[in-house]
Amino acid sequence: MEQNKKYSQIRAMKAIAIASFRSIIRNPSAVIFSIAFPLVFIVAFGFINGNSIKMEVGIDPESDTTGTIYHSFISSPGITLKQNLSTVELNERLNRGRVDAILKFDHTDETGLEAVEIITSQASREKGMFVRSLITNLVDKQNLEYYKNVSRSIDSSTIAVARETTRPTELRETKVTGREYKMIDFILPGQLGFSILSAAVFGTAFVFYSLRQTMVLKRFFATPIKRPYIILGEALSRLVFQLLGSSVILFIGHFVFGFTLIHGLWTAIVMLLLSALGLIVFMGFGFVVSGIAKSENVIPPIANIITLPQFLLCGTFFPIDAFPKWLQVISNVLPLTYLNDALRRVAFEGAGLADISTQILILVLWGVVVYAAAVRFFRWE
Amino acid sequence: MVRSEIIAVKDLVKHYKEIEAVNGISFSVMEGEIFGLLGPNGAGKTTTLEIIETLREKTSGSVVVDGISLDADPNSIKQIIGVQLQAANYYPNLMLNELLDLFAGLYNTSINNFEMLSLVGLETRGKSKYKELSGGQKQRFSIATTLINKPKIVFLDEPTTGLDPQARRNLWDLIKEIRSKGTTVVITTHYMDEAEILCDRVAIIEKGKIISIDSPEKLIDNLIASGFERKKEVKSANLEDVFLSLTGYEWRDQ
Repeated sequence: MEQNKKYSQIRAMKAIAIASFRSIIRNPSAVIFSIAFPLVFIVAFGFINGNSIKMEVGIDPESDTTGTIYHSFISSPGITLKQNLSTVELNERLNRGRVDAILKFDHTDETGLEAVEIITSQASREKGMFVRSLITNLVDKQNLEYYKNVSRSIDSSTIAVARETTRPTELRETKVTGREYKMIDFILPGQLGFSILSAAVFGTAFVFYSLRQTMVLKRFFATPIKRPYIILGEALSRLVFQLLGSSVILFIGHFVFGFTLIHGLWTAIVMLLLSALGLIVFMGFGFVVSGIAKSENVIPPIANIITLPQFLLCGTFFPIDAFPKWLQVISNVLPLTYLNDALRRVAFEGAGLADISTQILILVLWGVVVYAAAVRFFRWE
Repeated sequence: MVRSEIIAVKDLVKHYKEIEAVNGISFSVMEGEIFGLLGPNGAGKTTTLEIIETLREKTSGSVVVDGISLDADPNSIKQIIGVQLQAANYYPNLMLNELLDLFAGLYNTSINNFEMLSLVGLETRGKSKYKELSGGQKQRFSIATTLINKPKIVFLDEPTTGLDPQARRNLWDLIKEIRSKGTTVVITTHYMDEAEILCDRVAIIEKGKIISIDSPEKLIDNLIASGFERKKEVKSANLEDVFLSLTGYEWRDQ
């Protein structure tokens, strides 16, 4: 007899996963939020590429910062200085395009020349060029001043005085061939991270709220499936759907907008693994929301409280470095920061899972906290 | 004919925080009968049913279904019963065929969707989404899902509430058909005509207690024997007969 066969929870779970997946793909808002929305942002930001002229310039720690060029340079508009980093760190940042150029000011040159060394990288070609032309202007101006002074001098003693006040300056230039870091390389991981967050929180909250409210869950309870398998089935379908969505975003990002995948397919796979981890962690928020929401109308505001700050503060659109220090403290607590950061490192710097173990660890810690809350707040009936 | 007992409920009590919903109920359901739980809203019918269906914890008492104790092995009970809930729903965007696949998976069985839908007169709606069905169709589909695991007992909680007379009559036929295949049916209703036509035995529940239990015929005879008389002479037809003879007995699908 049929009922004497061992009942398979896995088979029942698969049935729920398939049904739930069908339900998700017929839900237009799921498709729009998970795929269309991030793509719109990617397209929009892909086109306003490089419109903001904010340059991060590294100052070599061995620089002499008493020279005149240095002082005129730091008062130029649009410049953010990175001064407290070692040469190695600066070079690394330059390579990744996090710093647009490195300058080394040399005042006490024995030839009597003031020298400025500039290193730029393809990782930030346009901004590097901008820094270069800025510094070239300053050098030209200074040199012109010097020769004016010299030609006005009559004897050797006045030349010496002229030399005291202004010196000729030499610009030495180095270009490193860093990888080209495009706007899309910043925007896409952020969009991916955010679409995972919002799909996980909103999707899970709405689905479990409505399954509970319309008594779909109750009908399941009357069948032999155990409750954890109902959740697993639902979670599995969301995971598959979201990973498909992420794949589409990566595919279009890479082939249409030139998103950098350093190790090609392998990088994409690591990014998908990270997406899966992020999704699982963020779904915990969704379970909490579905539990504390007293009516369907309060789900969006509660879910927004969770997603919006992370949208703004976790490096989705703006690098966290751009925020004031006190705000960065908040950014550095929120989980999406670590997902976005990990995604960017993997995609652009070719980091392996071991290189982003800190980010993964923090996400897992968040997972533990969120699921502890979910166990406390989740309601079946 | 002696039939064996398939459900035995003894001294069943269910207390919510302040309300005593079920207050010491005992009854038996015989194999192959249609057993009705009657009573006004809030009498405790649904609570009693949901405890037997393993959906609700009881406060005290014992329930044995087909020899399986509810306390010992609720999951085995779930495998031999089919449950239709008041106001239960399904994924609204899924087609009936897909929902039947889902429940086949949940019961670890395989079924012929077309045959299953034919049983409830929905054989042409396999590719319709659940949300596109009318109220009566949803109710019939809900009953179809109770039959997927070829259960020994089917529980129907107010299956005809809100349906038009045609749908009600046809649902009665469906319920009788289910019973004719040997399945025991436990039904709650507050329509007495329905109970009188369908049920072999009924229990009347009031304020969490059973106040009477017997066959409808016997209960009526007892009342008449006590000297009761209807105020008005009953005609050999009523308004519902008029309505049905004018509008037909067929399913109304839209």
